[in-house]
Amino acid sequence: MRHTKVVTLEEAIRKSGLRDGMTVSFHHHFRGGDKVVNLVVAKLAEMGFKDLHLAASSLSDVHAPLIEHIKNGVITKISTSGLRGELANEISHGLLKEPVVFRSHGGRGSAIASGALHIDVAFLGASSCDELGNASGCPRSENAKSICGSLGYALPDAKYADHVVILTDDLVAYPNVPKSISACDVESVVVVDSVGDSAKISSGAIRDSKNPRDILLAKQAAKVIINSGYFKEGFSIQTGTGGASLAAVKYIRESMIEQGIHASFALGGITAHMVKLHEEGLIGRLVDVQSFDKVAAESIAKDQLHQEVSAVEYASADHVGSAVHALDIVILSALEVDVDFNVNVLVGSDGIIRGAIGGHPDTAEDSALSIIVCPLLRGRIPCVVPKVTTLITPGKGVDVVVTEYGIAVNPRRPEIAERLKAAGLKVVDIHDLAAKARSIIGEPDPLPFGDRVVGIVMDRHGKVLDEIHNIVD
Amino acid sequence: MFVPGNNPGMMADAHIYGPDSIMLDLEDSVTMAEKDAARLLVHNALKSIDFGGTEMVVRINPLSTPYGRKDVEAVVKAGVDVIRMPKTETADEVRELEAEIIKVETELGCVGRTLIMAAIESALGVVNAYEIATASKRMMGIALGAEDYSANLKTQRTPGGAELLLARETIVVAARAAGIACFDTVYSNLDDMDTFRKEVELIKTLGFDGKSIINPRQIEVVNEVFAPSQKAIDKALRIIAAIKEAQAKGSGVIAVNGKMVDRPVVIRAERTIALAVASGILSKEEAL
Amino acid sequence: MEIKNAVAGTLESGDIMIQIAPGEGLQVDLQSSVAAQFGRQIKALITETLTGLGIDNAYVKATDKGALDCTIRARVTAAAVRATGKDVWKD
Repeated sequence: MRHTKVVTLEEAIRKSGLRDGMTVSFHHHFRGGDKVVNLVVAKLAEMGFKDLHLAASSLSDVHAPLIEHIKNGVITKISTSGLRGELANEISHGLLKEPVVFRSHGGRGSAIASGALHIDVAFLGASSCDELGNASGCPRSENAKSICGSLGYALPDAKYADHVVILTDDLVAYPNVPKSISACDVESVVVVDSVGDSAKISSGAIRDSKNPRDILLAKQAAKVIINSGYFKEGFSIQTGTGGASLAAVKYIRESMIEQGIHASFALGGITAHMVKLHEEGLIGRLVDVQSFDKVAAESIAKDQLHQEVSAVEYASADHVGSAVHALDIVILSALEVDVDFNVNVLVGSDGIIRGAIGGHPDTAEDSALSIIVCPLLRGRIPCVVPKVTTLITPGKGVDVVVTEYGIAVNPRRPEIAERLKAAGLKVVDIHDLAAKARSIIGEPDPLPFGDRVVGIVMDRHGKVLDEIHNIVD
Repeated sequence: MFVPGNNPGMMADAHIYGPDSIMLDLEDSVTMAEKDAARLLVHNALKSIDFGGTEMVVRINPLSTPYGRKDVEAVVKAGVDVIRMPKTETADEVRELEAEIIKVETELGCVGRTLIMAAIESALGVVNAYEIATASKRMMGIALGAEDYSANLKTQRTPGGAELLLARETIVVAARAAGIACFDTVYSNLDDMDTFRKEVELIKTLGFDGKSIINPRQIEVVNEVFAPSQKAIDKALRIIAAIKEAQAKGSGVIAVNGKMVDRPVVIRAERTIALAVASGILSKEEAL
Repeated sequence: MEIKNAVAGTLESGDIMIQIAPGEGLQVDLQSSVAAQFGRQIKALITETLTGLGIDNAYVKATDKGALDCTIRARVTAAAVRATGKDVWKD
């Protein structure tokens, strides 16, 4: 090999021209098994960097080590779709001086493409990479350890960042094609022992929920879809990965077979469930921004009709060509829904950050029919409330809310309410659902929020939607 | 649907799955050490939780145990619809329970409110089925408890249920002779829905009004098996319509589709419509 | 009223574990996943239930897993009955 970009992590960082105060970015395709963020930030801390802006597509429990780096001033600003675990808890209590900037997946894509979110150095983990930098989430040799399939959330970073470093645990011979990231967009390649813990990147196959509540919600959601008026030949669909969403796919499939209806494509968030329907001929194509499990990752590697898309191509509001504009039906979950159909998926009812925005507002707004599936209560925590704790997805984009106590339809969609009633479904007023929740659990005390803003929620179009305040214990 | 009386999480929303009746259990699913706590849980749940019009039943401990009388007091004071008495063997036991219920109802000023369901779980109980079924005006139904019954017979339960045939048929016959309802025993293997369905089909044919279940997943199967076909419903509606028309005209003899419609036919038609309403296929308005 | 140590309830979802012991006045130590929203009300309900049963001196350790009011009442009463030996039912 006459040319190689392979260097050590330290060399890669030096070559990048990174300075204090700059922005570094990461993707979250290794989910709960990610090792890249912690590895790179530890090295940056070691090398004495300060005041860095960490712009990850999302962060989870596994990124708790960032707490120390924040305390030491290595990281002083964070942009992300979500936060979980100890890190989220600390930030909710005021760990970071500057508020975290939360964006949806589509919003982050738009912001990177427009320059509103400028990335100096992107550190992108890859399941395989060659010496010139062609990178992929697919396995290319028997040494492949950390497979993730689609690299959709890394693509905007690769295209627009000033400097791109690929980290891989499987260096393969040139050319590593088919590729997700082009060698021409990559400056350095770093080989590490492991970019992700494969046991935690994804479970083997996500088993169907046996929980009776999930099954009840799933059946109701499926009935809503089938009677919505959108369940016809060529429809398109996206589902989340919650127990009820996945279980709903099973019942929708039954009706698809019964009525001889085929879907043109499934979008997302692709799971084994969708791959199975595609391989059965029930779904024409799979448009994949994130492969949730091994089956999906294997499918994208070998099936031409299962295509990777970038976060921009998936859900950018700025780009009318993004896939959400062609999406008919989306099934979503929620931490809270309020009487105006606003949804919160980010902040718990105790005021602590504990989730991720993901593609929620993107799909809700641009899809033809958005359905929120959630239990009325989770223990003593209400999911249908008078007003959401934090506004993530504005109600005008939310069409139907399915709970075990009934189905509420946004007054903006009277034709859907009519169709569901005609089908014998229990359609209720969302105010009644909120009142029912209250009557069971009682009236909660107001949350002990402080004066400090610890998070800013940006809408898809780059405007501030809501603020998250710190919690005072 | 059986719900253990010592599990507050399960009691709170058992009704959302749409069982016709919820049976909170203070007896076999609660250990002796927890009988006192379970009784309090059930009492408070009955008083506070909105079960949405579902019939509420509590299986108490036998009056011969230290727990039975307190159970009666606790559940009658909480307004339970039906008390299920386990292991009923004689009519005297029913009368003893009724006396206990009357004591508490009198204190509350609501005599006559609480109904009784007797579970028959032994050979002697089967022998005395008719006496048990007629022992009290409050008796709304009798049920089979197969686990204890088959042990009492010194045999085992089998998938085909041969060992239960006499008991099942006796209970149906006794219930019908007494003019009350009859319910079949639970099926505990949640992973074998096929055998469960076969059992439900069998007991429907034998004449049972319903079946005890232990998990919401079993509800759909029971409703499906007991639901009459659309064809049967349409025919039943035609028969009832013909009867009404004939009555209005003052005519004595009725024929539908060239067939004579006599009393058994009418009774079957009425039962079909009642089942259709109970299965949710017909609304009450459509059935009138 | 004389009380001895007693426990009622479990740590299962939807339940509350009540540990009662002799103490001065009524003191409630509450651990709950919904402490911010319902802590005050849960403590008030525990205190009210005990007072209603004639118990004015006790130390209560409550570990809540999202129990509804009716469950809290039931568990506190059960613990109190076990602690005093005095049942709320006749017989």
